[in-house]
Amino acid sequence: MERRTLPGRLTWQLGEVVTTQPETARTKSITLIVPNWMGHQAGQHVDVRLTAADGYQAERSYSIASPPEEAPRVTLTVERLDDGEVSPYLTEELRVGDKLELRGPIGGYFVWEAQMGGPLLLVAGGSGIVPLMAMLRHRAAAGGSVATRLLDSSRSYADIIYRDELDRLVKNTTMLEVVHTLTRAQPPGWTGYHRRIDPEMLREVAWSSDQRPLTFICGPTPFVETAAASLVTLGHDPARIKTERFGPTGEA
Amino acid sequence: MMENKLDGNAAAGTLQEIFPFEMTLAQVTCTGCGTTNVIGATAAYMHGMGTIVRCPVCDTVLIRVVHARGRYWLDMRGVRVLEISVEA
Repeated sequence: MERRTLPGRLTWQLGEVVTTQPETARTKSITLIVPNWMGHQAGQHVDVRLTAADGYQAERSYSIASPPEEAPRVTLTVERLDDGEVSPYLTEELRVGDKLELRGPIGGYFVWEAQMGGPLLLVAGGSGIVPLMAMLRHRAAAGGSVATRLLDSSRSYADIIYRDELDRLVKNTTMLEVVHTLTRAQPPGWTGYHRRIDPEMLREVAWSSDQRPLTFICGPTPFVETAAASLVTLGHDPARIKTERFGPTGEA
Repeated sequence: MMENKLDGNAAAGTLQEIFPFEMTLAQVTCTGCGTTNVIGATAAYMHGMGTIVRCPVCDTVLIRVVHARGRYWLDMRGVRVLEISVEA
C-alpha cells in the first residue's frame, strides 16, 4: 500500500451541497464539494454533525458512495430513518447550496483499492450497498477488470439502491456479476432470489473458498453476522472477510 | 441511544479525535486472551454515554472512551499492547 501522510486528528470542515438525487423512496444521494478534501479510499466513511439553534449537536457516520476519482466531490447516500435525528434532515430538508459540517475520511480497514485485486465478493444488505458502490465505481473508474460479484439484498425491486447504475455497470464493464435477492416483495415474473440471505445462497453466489475471494460485507448487524458466519462455514478464510455493521446510531 | 453492536470502524472517528492516526488499522493485543486484531475487526458498542471496543474473540472490553464536559476519559485496561503503524 502506498505511503500516506499522517491524517492527524480529525477536524470538522464544511462541504457545500451541489446536487441531491433521490435513489429510492427512502434514500437520497447528496453530493458535496469539500474544498480541503484530502482524498479518500473506497469504503471509508465520514462523520456528519448537525447543530441546532440551541447548541444541541448530533453526529452520525455515513459511508462515502463516490469513488476517490471524483474528489473533491464527495457523495453520501443517506437512508431516512423516520425516528432518526439526522437522516430526516439530510433527506428532506437539505438543499443545494446549503453547507454541511463533516469530518473525514475515516477508516482504513474496510477499504478496497484496485491494486488489492480479488476476486472481489461484495455482500450488501439494504443501504449497506453504499460503501460497496464506492468500490464498484472505483473499480470502473480505474479501468480495472478484477473479477467481482455483488450479492445485493433489498426489500423490494423499488428498494434496490443504484439499480439502473448497477445494470449499466454490468453491461459496460467486464467480469462483474450482480445478483439481487428481494426479501419482502417481488415484481411479477421475478425469477431471482426472494428470501433473506442464507448459507445456501452464499454457496451458490460466492466464489468457492479455494479461489480465496476478498470479501466485504456491509449491512445491518444481523445481516452481516449471517453472511460472515455462512462464508466461514463454507470454508472461507475469516482473515479475507471484512465487515461493516450499521445500526440506529451509525446510520451508514 | 440504544446499545448497538457495530465494528471497530464505527469507533474510528472517536479514536481519531484523540490519536492523530488512522486507527482502524492499529493493532490491539487483548489482555484477556492474548490475540491481536486490528481495531477495524473488533466489535464496537456505541452507547449514548460512550464507546466500548471489545475483543472479537473473547469479548473482553479493550477500550472505553467517554467524551463529556470538554474532556476525554480513555480506559484501556483490556489492551496489553497498542501498535500503531504510521505508514499505512
